[in-house]
Amino acid sequence: MKIDLSKPILDRNERFAAENRELFSEHGVFVLDLLASPGAGKTSTILATIAALRDRYRIAVIEGDIASDVDAQKIKAHGVPAVQINTGGACHLESDMIRRAVDTLEIAEIDLLIIENVGNLVCPTDFDLGENAKVMILSVPEGHDKPYKYPNIFARAEAVILNKYDTMPVFDFDEDEFREVVRRLNATVPIFPMAATKGPGVAEWAEWLAGRIEKQRAAAGR
Amino acid sequence: MHEMGIVSGILTASVDTAARKDAIRINEIRIRVGELTEIVDDALYFAFEALTPGTLAEGATLVVERVPGRSKCVQCGTSFSHGRFDVECPECNSYFCELVEGRELEIESIDIDLPDEAEAGEGP
Repeated sequence: MKIDLSKPILDRNERFAAENRELFSEHGVFVLDLLASPGAGKTSTILATIAALRDRYRIAVIEGDIASDVDAQKIKAHGVPAVQINTGGACHLESDMIRRAVDTLEIAEIDLLIIENVGNLVCPTDFDLGENAKVMILSVPEGHDKPYKYPNIFARAEAVILNKYDTMPVFDFDEDEFREVVRRLNATVPIFPMAATKGPGVAEWAEWLAGRIEKQRAAAGR
Repeated sequence: MHEMGIVSGILTASVDTAARKDAIRINEIRIRVGELTEIVDDALYFAFEALTPGTLAEGATLVVERVPGRSKCVQCGTSFSHGRFDVECPECNSYFCELVEGRELEIESIDIDLPDEAEAGEGP
């Protein structure tokens, strides 16, 4: 006997993601899901973003890592609320983990919530967390050909940060080819060259982000 | 490698449904997987073999239907299929296209045996 189910496999994840999104929009919180390989500069980018926007917006961070809370400690040392999620080996965050982390934060006191996903370019792209935008960081030493190997993450990102841009002279990185292949995957995505730990490019990225935060606040009537 | 989690989602939904119908076994599970997801078929079959023993789906066949990417042009309304690269309207060359299909991760159907069906099958 055949039974039609027509049901999403990630049903549970999608339900929690929809609930998260509803909660975030109700409070006018803009939620960023930051994706990159290990070592591309996710935490440095978050610290640079905090420095650029903390006078204008109230920021909180959710740190996703397989183990340890070193990243959350780094963020807290800057006086910003941070929650660490340990996935215990899992390669991505899921929406119910985000929900539990959000429950420990004062959601009404946040304008920008940054989620640092597990360092992985594959699995996180299939999981909706309820975020408003997925943003991808590629660092120059990883090479300009990475979008050929991990196309989905470039296709889904709403902005791409090209980090460690200051190391361009020592790596054989073809920026024209990189921009061309990203365009073929995601024609309208903005690319922000940046050196997160040094400063250049951070202002342009922060302005783009501020524009998105304002939109979310306006929609919530804040 | 998140296929383990995907397959455990498939099994939970399938086994729950089958158990509610008092099925004695699941013969087949059909799923639809979009070409634009990061799912690898071999990893699905591997996880399926690892996770099914001892469940109603032990010995069942997993059938994976791949769904190609398909978008609709926001400017002129043309619907067209595509891969991961160069999602551009073939009619008006616009890049403003909305994805219609290609990110599916869906359980389509299951085929089960009910107690009386099995007896009928074994009879003369």
